[in-house]
Amino acid sequence: MNPLASIGRASLGMSRTTGRLALFAWRCILAMIRPPWFFGQIWRQILSIGFYSLPVVGLTAVFTGAALALNIYTGGARFNAESFVPNIVGIGITRELGPVLASLMLAGRVSAAIAAEIGAMKVTEQIDAMRTLSTDPFRYLFAPRLIAALIVVPLLVLIADIIGVFGGFAVATQSLGFNGALYVRNTMDFITSWDVGSGLIKAAVFGFIIALMGCYHGYVSGRGAQGVGRATTNAVVSAAILIFASNYLLTSLFV
Amino acid sequence: MSSDPKISIVGLHKSFGSNQVLQGVDLDIAAGKSLVVIGGSGTGKSVLLKCILGLMAPDQGSIRIDGEETTRLSQKDRARVAGKFGMLFQGSALFDSLSIWENVAFRLIHADHIPRDKAKEMALQAMARVNLAERNADLSPAELSGGMQKRVGLARAIVTRPQILFFDEPTTGLDPITADVINRLIREQVTDLGATAISITHDMESARHIADEIAMIFQGKIIWRGPAKDIDNSGNPYVEQFVTASADGPIDVMGG
Repeated sequence: MNPLASIGRASLGMSRTTGRLALFAWRCILAMIRPPWFFGQIWRQILSIGFYSLPVVGLTAVFTGAALALNIYTGGARFNAESFVPNIVGIGITRELGPVLASLMLAGRVSAAIAAEIGAMKVTEQIDAMRTLSTDPFRYLFAPRLIAALIVVPLLVLIADIIGVFGGFAVATQSLGFNGALYVRNTMDFITSWDVGSGLIKAAVFGFIIALMGCYHGYVSGRGAQGVGRATTNAVVSAAILIFASNYLLTSLFV
Repeated sequence: MSSDPKISIVGLHKSFGSNQVLQGVDLDIAAGKSLVVIGGSGTGKSVLLKCILGLMAPDQGSIRIDGEETTRLSQKDRARVAGKFGMLFQGSALFDSLSIWENVAFRLIHADHIPRDKAKEMALQAMARVNLAERNADLSPAELSGGMQKRVGLARAIVTRPQILFFDEPTTGLDPITADVINRLIREQVTDLGATAISITHDMESARHIADEIAMIFQGKIIWRGPAKDIDNSGNPYVEQFVTASADGPIDVMGG
């Protein structure tokens, strides 16, 4: 009896969380599309999510591109296909690794920061205070973060694409003996606008997930330092899992 | 009450799981009166306040403000009713990311859409009313002491000259002198604005200072209510135990 009860409790808990998250997301979307918009807050979030994430995204991309070039060269050498390094680095970065790895890094940096900030605001009654001041936290706190993430994450991924391809280029030309001009031409000839575009669509979805998980887990965080700490962890873990799951769904739609 | 009460609460219930916090609260507050609700920790004071403010939905019962039922308002109407309120939170609940004057002017800028220059001017006037110097206007909340943060919270509560003021444990965590300053400021502002005030506290010194009337909540119900001057002669053993801060009496503090 007990195992069944545990399964039942877990199922009910999961259904409850899914329902709460869906309602929360719906209220966020309504707040995003209906005025008033707090442009000052949106701009502040664009800086916080976008500008200050450039170093971490850039470093992730350059090392991923470089490692990818080395791996493809090693693998390609087994059947004399070393010349495909620029093509596969290009498509691998733009369609898959650029959006996924940049978004995972952003999940760690941005989801955690949003969850901690909103969680601390909840614990110290700042969100209640906002309501008593006739201001909807969905419009003032959550919508600006979601709008900013939707705008900024695709831009960051575009930058990650360029830097990632450059990482592959640097290793290929400096260590693997590729001709620079040929490498660039092969890359440009092979990558299509859909390769880049599909990656940017993924990035927009991942951006929404990153901000939504941060806001949601902060908003439902428990009391005290432990509650905020747990909210931060939950935000990062759930954002990462949803990024992987939605990446598979989107990839299966795009291929 | 001779005329319609400003706030009328009837049969208010609120539970969290099996924990029944409010078990039928009935309370009327006349316009312009200051009511202090006293009671021990966990008796439902904060839940009562949050239900009136609309921050929490009651399970059952009615809350009328100026005759308007407020327990099932739309978001838009909730914001309109909140326009009548000013609230001083226990921990002040100032927004960390904003300066002092932006905290005070928050409602003016974001809800009332008053231009920033004008809002700042009004915020500085409200700060002056609670004896906060203009030089503090551009500081952040973290740079102020607890007492000064309370004053900022009070300035934020009164800046729009609200009809109803709420005070949640206004003196908790303050030294006795600062607590007295806050009590005086609260009394002055309530009188000046002619506002209806509801405070919750377990600080009897504060209650005596702020209140026209005192009500005691115990086990989710109002068990006594009377003029503040009668609090020491209530004739109610629960109130007497609370007022005299005694461990002996009908309130079982050890049994939870």
